[in-house]
Order: sequence, then structure tokens, then C-alpha cells
Amino acid sequence: MIKRTGVPTKEQIQGKFHSLEQLTKPKAIIECYQEIPCNPCSTSCPVGAITIGEDINQIPIIDFDRCTGCGMCVYSCPGLAIMVASIKEDKAYFKVPHELLPRPSVGDIWSGVNRNGDIICDAIIERVMLNKNTDYTCVITASIPKTYLYDFVTVRCPL
Amino acid sequence: MRNRDLIIVGGGPAGLSAARVALEAGLSVTIIERANRLGGQLIKQTHKFFGSKEEYAKTRGIDIATILIHDLDEFSDQLEVLNEATVVGMYKDYVLTVYQGHDYFKYKAKAIIIATGASEKVLAFENNDLPGIYGAGAVQTLMNLYGVLPGQTVVMVGSGNIGLIVSYQMIQAGVKVKALLEASSHIGGYLVHASKLVRLGVPILTKTTVKRAIGTNKIQQIETVQLDENWNYIAGTETVIDCDALCISVGLTPLHQLLSMADIEMIYINELGGLIPKKNEHYETSMPRVYACGDVTGIEEASSAMVEGKIAGLMASRDLGRSHPNFETLEQEFKDQLQNLRQGPCGEKIRSGLTRAGEQL
Amino acid sequence: MRIGGHPILSFEKKKELHFTFNGRDLIGYEGDTIAAALHDNGIMHYSSSILHKRPRGFYCAIGNCGSCNMTVDGILNVKTCMTPLQDGMIVESEADEVTIHEE
Repeated sequence: MIKRTGVPTKEQIQGKFHSLEQLTKPKAIIECYQEIPCNPCSTSCPVGAITIGEDINQIPIIDFDRCTGCGMCVYSCPGLAIMVASIKEDKAYFKVPHELLPRPSVGDIWSGVNRNGDIICDAIIERVMLNKNTDYTCVITASIPKTYLYDFVTVRCPL
Repeated sequence: MRNRDLIIVGGGPAGLSAARVALEAGLSVTIIERANRLGGQLIKQTHKFFGSKEEYAKTRGIDIATILIHDLDEFSDQLEVLNEATVVGMYKDYVLTVYQGHDYFKYKAKAIIIATGASEKVLAFENNDLPGIYGAGAVQTLMNLYGVLPGQTVVMVGSGNIGLIVSYQMIQAGVKVKALLEASSHIGGYLVHASKLVRLGVPILTKTTVKRAIGTNKIQQIETVQLDENWNYIAGTETVIDCDALCISVGLTPLHQLLSMADIEMIYINELGGLIPKKNEHYETSMPRVYACGDVTGIEEASSAMVEGKIAGLMASRDLGRSHPNFETLEQEFKDQLQNLRQGPCGEKIRSGLTRAGEQL
Repeated sequence: MRIGGHPILSFEKKKELHFTFNGRDLIGYEGDTIAAALHDNGIMHYSSSILHKRPRGFYCAIGNCGSCNMTVDGILNVKTCMTPLQDGMIVESEADEVTIHEE
């Protein structure tokens, strides 16, 4: 299915979220569904939470216990396929990569978008990080209603 | 006649990598490059690359080009670079004829590395010659080198990595990508690239192709049509999409002409993009001390082009009597790197193509 | 038409260059190729095919196809996609009985 549409199934997505209990702290959600020769997520992780191994085609495995949610993998992934998620009360917080203009400012209300490109909710921009290390990949922290945890994938500038 | 030790034709990732290794081995190297600067297609790649650290993973292509070029700085005494110089002929007596500006030169080399890369394939459909219909590379050149928009509403044909990446680059430049058409039933390139487009609202239409382009003196619309299992048009599924540019990304084919001209043994391998030179495990062709590396030996990725270039540089310098001090270690290291890049499911096509060409994997 | 802002690349304002295309005065910038400058001016139709007079212009942008060949400063068959624009250049279509349709 994903090979036809570019969109993973709900089961595939939920599989990447592992246990919800651990999401009280931010954790990396690595949406890598295909074996491709690539390993910068693993080599960039400062705490060794991501494993790929000798064969760099293998799908990355994340150790949620080790992951601190720092977000280095978010801007290291060449496929922009990683986000960091956490849940607090009735909101879900995400760190997502963004390589487009315009860039948001803290406090802006942008649209939350799902993997099909549909707008599903409002997203409050909590933080915007762009520096020499991120190499033009902006890491946006946004908060959305918790119900959209598995649907949300990125933010979009309102028209 | 200008005599040289090693001439490398093509200053892209394969050629630059070959140069570095050969220079380290102590050879004098001449790079002949058609464009006005080194870097090949890397200079247009604004995205972060895949692969592993050795292939500069997570570094943007434009920055990889800068790294590869600066890696040659310490060897400036041994290195000669000719830019805006086209090799127009290669002959059996190791002579290369070169056209630069209004001048014409003859070079004779002891060894030659052909790293000429590839060119884009075309697609046959009615009115496919209308202005506004471009190859994906042309669109990248316009946008990323010159800051000029290819159009404002574009349709992309082809879901291989280039089609997916260039579609994203168009969105980054402010172009609206109305749809991406893919003739087969599934996406050809990396799914992560496809996902980035879908979440930006770009529909990926599989089993769909362009039937004809519509416009008087430039493209104004295209007519799409769906395909059945036998790649035939399904009547009645035609749809018209307004656009002011159409981008065709249906694959690359090796720029083999110099090799063919010198009567080097060639073989046609579909999986590798077309006509490639037969080569041994030292990247040497049927003409002794003429090597080939990068996309000219089979369409792959820049990451493998860099590794193949290094192997070619290693072999050329050894065969000219200047073995690299770490020859054995590096030879094994480079071969392992290539195997690692190719061993996954994405490498199946390459492995299949190379096997058909009679090469050891 | 030029790209406004870009999330990765920066396009600095470069020196203005003046050139003509079939007698028409146009502006390009230092660093442009002739073809890129023409495209920026909305001109994609450079000449016509010999027999059927079909429009020809920018295509491969890398010197492979020959579609962009024009006469530049009197020199025939110049690959305008590979040739840097210079101030005062005279660029002309190469075909007889051609009607160029422009914006």
C-alpha cells in the first residue's frame, strides 16, 4: 500500500510509536518503512538510542528507554522521516523538520496536517530551532490536541 | 600533442574521488570538465544525502561538491583542471581531442578514467517537443543554479528518486506541483521522498502517464491517461491538467559515447540504464589502462559513484607504477562500502544488472 | 521569473547585464547563462524546427540536446544553455522564415 501511495497504514504508524506510557517524555518516532542504504540517524544520536548495524539497509530500531527526545535525529534524517513526540495532559507535542518558507514564529497558529496532506487541526508553534548544526533544516515544536497523535505529521502555513 | 600521465574525463563525484586517490598515490592528474566548474550534478543537489558517513550522509549535495573539490587543494602542484573543455574524441592510441572555447587540443595519456556520468532519457508522447517541457535536471539547473522559476504550476512525470526530489525542490522554490505521474503500479524511488510530497498535498498518481501535451507555442495543459497491466491506455480515463511546465524524469542513460568511439567492448543492460562498458573488478575496460566509474558504468547514486571513483583511482595509479601506500586496505574498504550500499532491496536492480553484465558482485 | 526566497539557497542580487534577443532589449544578471536569462524574461521559444516550424527552445540545460542553439554575436550554433551571458551580447534565432511568439 505504502509503495503505491507513499502513505503508511495506521498499524504501521502505531508500530513506530511503541508504548504510549513512555511518551510522557519526548521520544523519537522514526517513520522509516523501507530498507534503504542510510544510517545518519544512528550515527547522530548522542546517546546511542538508534541501532541500524553493519548492514546500513536495515530499518532503524529505537530504544525508547535511552531516547531523550533531543531531536538531533530529526534534522539528521535526509528523508525528513523522523519526529519527536510527547503527551502532556490533553495535548501532544511534536518536533518536526521543516525545509520550506515561510518559517513560523513562536506563538503562531498554523495548520496541523496528516500524512495524506489534509488539514486536521490547529497547531500552536511553541518553538522554532534553526542553527548551524541543523544545516537549514528548521526544527519546529508544535502542540496539537492529543486526539490527533497518530494522524499528525507536520505543520503547514495557513493561506 | 600534450602528454599526461592520468586524464580523468568528468569532474563530478566519481571523477573527483578518483582524482583524490590517484593524487594521494603520487600521480599527476588532469581533470577535463565540460561545465564551467567542478562538482558534476552535485552542485544542484540541495537535499541531504543518504548512505553512511564515508559517503557524506546527511550532508547536502552542494556541500559534498565543495568538500570533494577542496580535498584536492593540497595536491595543487600535481593537479591540472580544465573547465569548459569538452572531450570530443577518444582514440585507440590513448589520444583525447579536446575543444575549449575556440581552441582545439590533443592530449595523449598513459591512463584514462572515464567518469562522464549520464544524461536524461526522453518520453515519447504527442507534442513532447513543446517549450515548457523539460528534463528534471534542466529544472534543477534553472532553479538551483540560476534562481529562475521553471514555471508556476508544474506536473512531474516519474516517481524515481530524481522525480521525487526535484518535485520537492520545486515546492521549496515556490512552484506549485499539481501532480506526480507514475506509469507503473508503485513508487520507484525512496518512500520517504514520496511521503514528504504527499503530506504537502501533491497527489501521486500511479498507473498514470501523459498522453499528450497541449499548447500552441508553449505548454498550457497536459492530458493524462491511466494504464492497464499491459501498459495500454485505458480509454475514457483521460483527464486534462492545466500547467505551464511539465517535468520529465523517466530515468538516466550512461554518456557512453567516448567509450564506444574507442571501440571499447560495450554491453546493453536495461537495469543499468543502457549501454555500459564491460569492465573487470578493477574497473578497467577492454582497453588496457582505460577505466570507467560512476553513472557511465550503470545508473546508481552519487554515493556509489564516489566509491567507484576511488577504486578506479586506486587501480589507475597502481597500473602506472605508483601504488597507493594503503592499496590493499583501501581496496578492501572500498569494495565493502559498495557491497554495503548495494546489499539491500534497493540494490536489487543494480545487482541484477551487474550480474547480467557478467560482473562479480 | 526569479525565485523570491529559498529555504536553503541564497541568491544575491548580481550585476545587471543588457543584451538583445532578436532585436529586443532584455536584462539578465551576471552569472546567468543566456538561456537562463531568456527564461527569466519569459522567453522559452528560441527558434523553430526546419521542416514543420515547431517551436524549439530550452530543454536539457546541460549541452546535450542542441535545442537551445542560437547565433550569438555572429557566431552560429552557440549552446545558449552553457554560455555565460555577457553585457552587450546580441542573441539571434537560427532559422529562416521564423515567427517567434513571445509573451
